[in-house]
Amino acid sequence: MLPFNVLVAASVSYVAVLFALAFAAEQMAARGRGGWLRSPIVYTLSLSIYCTAWTFYGAVGYAARSGLEFITIYLGPTLVMVGWWLLLRKLVRIGKAQRITSVADLLSARYGKSASVGAIVTVMAVVGITPYIALQLQSVTLALSVFAEAAEGAPAWEAEETALVVALGLALFTVLFGTRNLDADERHHGVVLAIAVEAVVKLIALIAVGVFVVWELGTGPADMLARIEASPIADWQLDPGRWVALTFLSGAALLCLPRMFQVLVVENVDERQLATASWAFPLYLFLISLFVVPIAVAGLERSAPGANPDLFVLTLPLSAGREGLAMLAFLGGFSAATSMVIVAAIALATMVSNHIVLPLWLSFREPRSRLSEDVRGLVLNVRRLSIAGVLGLGWLYYSLSGGGAALAAIGLISFVGVAQFLPAMVGGLFWRGATRTGAVAGLVTGFAVWAYTFFLPSFGAATPLWSEVQEIGPYGFGWLKPQALFGIEGIDPLVHAVFWSMTLNTGIFVGASLLSFPGPMERLQGVEFVGGIERGGAPPRGWQGGVAGAEELLAMAQRILGPGEAQRLFQDAAATQGTGGFLPEVTPEFLERLERRFAGAVGSATAHAMIAQAGGGTSVSVDDLMRVADEAQQIMEYSQRLEAQSEELSRTARQLREANRKLTELSAQKDAFLSQISHELRTPMTSIRAFSEILGEEGLSDEERTRYAGVIHAETVRLTRLLDDLLDLSVLESGNVQLNLKEANLGAVIARAVSTASAAPGTKPFRILREPESENVPVVTDPDRLAQVFINLITNARKYCDARVQEVRIEVRPFDGQVQVDVVDNGSGIPRESQEIIFEKFARLGDHTRAGGAGLGLAICREIMEKLGGSIAYLPGQGGAAFRLTVPMQLAQAA
Amino acid sequence: MRRPKPPLFLERDSYRRRRVADAARVLPVLGALLFLVPLLWAPAETETPDTVPGGLYIFLVWGGLILAAFVLSRRLGPEPPKRNLGESEEGG
Repeated sequence: MLPFNVLVAASVSYVAVLFALAFAAEQMAARGRGGWLRSPIVYTLSLSIYCTAWTFYGAVGYAARSGLEFITIYLGPTLVMVGWWLLLRKLVRIGKAQRITSVADLLSARYGKSASVGAIVTVMAVVGITPYIALQLQSVTLALSVFAEAAEGAPAWEAEETALVVALGLALFTVLFGTRNLDADERHHGVVLAIAVEAVVKLIALIAVGVFVVWELGTGPADMLARIEASPIADWQLDPGRWVALTFLSGAALLCLPRMFQVLVVENVDERQLATASWAFPLYLFLISLFVVPIAVAGLERSAPGANPDLFVLTLPLSAGREGLAMLAFLGGFSAATSMVIVAAIALATMVSNHIVLPLWLSFREPRSRLSEDVRGLVLNVRRLSIAGVLGLGWLYYSLSGGGAALAAIGLISFVGVAQFLPAMVGGLFWRGATRTGAVAGLVTGFAVWAYTFFLPSFGAATPLWSEVQEIGPYGFGWLKPQALFGIEGIDPLVHAVFWSMTLNTGIFVGASLLSFPGPMERLQGVEFVGGIERGGAPPRGWQGGVAGAEELLAMAQRILGPGEAQRLFQDAAATQGTGGFLPEVTPEFLERLERRFAGAVGSATAHAMIAQAGGGTSVSVDDLMRVADEAQQIMEYSQRLEAQSEELSRTARQLREANRKLTELSAQKDAFLSQISHELRTPMTSIRAFSEILGEEGLSDEERTRYAGVIHAETVRLTRLLDDLLDLSVLESGNVQLNLKEANLGAVIARAVSTASAAPGTKPFRILREPESENVPVVTDPDRLAQVFINLITNARKYCDARVQEVRIEVRPFDGQVQVDVVDNGSGIPRESQEIIFEKFARLGDHTRAGGAGLGLAICREIMEKLGGSIAYLPGQGGAAFRLTVPMQLAQAA
Repeated sequence: MRRPKPPLFLERDSYRRRRVADAARVLPVLGALLFLVPLLWAPAETETPDTVPGGLYIFLVWGGLILAAFVLSRRLGPEPPKRNLGESEEGG
């Protein structure tokens, strides 16, 4: 017979090997060489923690008691996995995008990063999983008892004490495994690898027992089928209600069990893993279920009537003297139990620390000290304590319930408990209208109904009070009997509990959601969760930057993420922003990023609260609310922004083009001006030089001498005038001109100009038409300069007007605080294409020599009018050449 | 003689991929229906021992589902090389 000590030694060394494997895997991952740790196969195998001791021992017991019904526990998960495209894909994507750490974190994040939702879910999960942990303790204890009873000279068997020792051992093991460090992203490569190895061990063990049963105890499959036909479970007692309820429950449990959520969503790396697991995990379940019925049948054939069917997997090989196989089966069951306990305890501990302890700690501490205290150490210690607590509760449940129930029956209590998360979870993923109030109401209702109709009755008739409640209802209210609510008797207790808890949970969740109104954060998260699957990153939102100092945030981040990780994050952000060093600017984008990162370590609600307190800013801005309004609204807003930007760009481009054109023109003008001026200066200089040379020659008559001297004089006069004009213009243009501003009568100014201009000799008859009454307007101006303009205009008219009898009309009209003066002649005017350039320097039209001017007159006029605060413009369509002067009645401040 | 290929009016690959995604959505529903079929037989009320045929049926359907999921996940696995903006994935 197998010595008991050998068994214990084997278990301990098995655990040590697992621990070494996990340690090595973590080392590899840390050195970046653990790519294969993320392979889809390892992921699929890690999912097999769904198959716990319940599967390993309990499924056979279940089959021995109720035939094929055990299989529903694996059909539900199969359907969920095969339908990954519908639900799991979205769940995993959201989990990654929001850096979800647990099922409580998911619900808390979805319902407005609510701390209360997180806490409620955590409490529900801890209570709900307690029977499940007890199940594992019970199975290991039972398995040990089989060997202990068989061994000779074994110590007196104390089930409760053994369970306690097992619980302590598992707690220690889990603490060592799961809380050695605080991962920034809550991924545990070592644990995942260890449970993958355990998955292989338990599958091989169960298949080995199955092969042993079919081919060694029997003669093969055909014989096996015949023996099933002859067995007590040959007739399939299918209860339709249980069949449907169990399939539904097991599917829900795959999504809602904290440990399943941990491996399925939190540890997931990419979608490829999910695609493979969609068929590979059902295959695993298929293989592990394949030999359950044969083992059960063989057990029923060969065991004494009173034997515990949950232990057939062990007792069959033992009774046949196959100790090695029995040892393998024991290790398989041990694997199944330990892997479940480890992951469940880690998942629950994460939830407890993130959703219960940290929020409490945050609200009790002074805001200052929060930044400097070592959060990491605190979190790790809290998790260690939580693991011990969870296992302690499991042991308590085990000893209270007496340890006598069938394993599957205990597991189902947990399943119904965690299934209460389903409405809030699925509703939150697909229904934008699901609110926090609805979720809380539904969760609490479902939990209460579950506890009353299924959890409490599982303690059996432990207390007389409770058995009385069960018999006649609380205080004699018959319709409140825990297993016959509302007077509907005769339903299977499981179906009863599932039906009422899920119906009331869902109903109240939907009803309260419909009636309540979401907060801004809730709405924001709702939109992100429901619409989030096909979009990449959401726009940064939620934080108003600049309140907290980057240095303080870095200090806080170092406490949570660890110095190396935090510094890398900050340096990265600084580099992205284009600044060097470790301190990026505290922008809303950066705070958002930081919060996501924190959420990976301490959960979204806590991370949100921490950033909110460090930042001191409000969390939801008006802009956010605008975005929440509708997704279509978001798209519209985005395209509007784009449109505005492109419009602005094209406007700027237009302005630039305009400026460039002007500059080019100016440069050309400057060149033209220089060449003009040298030409203008050169012409008189040439004649002066020529005539002065002639004067120096011999034999000139006095008459000729006088004539040539006259020419020279005229040319110098012309030169002087040109230089005067140039000087005048440059003074005007440079703005250094001294204006002699005073009040003057416009009529007087015009009269002076007319008399001066008329004094010049002309070749044609000439007259000026004036309206003395309208001219009688007072203006504030420099009368000499204004007269100069009029003289110029009239002189030009006399020079260029091609009418036989020259006429210049001067019309004066007050207009909007100014006086408009039109000077119009009766000639043929200025051609359209030349109208634009006449105010430029040296702009002369037609025959240059005839004009005799330098072409500076109108340019000077324009400068003068601008200096006087008025303007001059060519007025087309007046018959002849027409100019409109605008003279201010009161001088503006400018000039 | 070979018939000329009809002109391409729809990108074949992305269209096929979307239909595969549809199939992936339908598969769990189909599986659930098949797993519920035993309810119609009402094996509890019949006299014949039906654990064996029932079990074989369940395992057969199960195997079929696994096979179908395997094929679908192969077809859905790699992301398409380019996004088709005109007809993005329907539903979600």
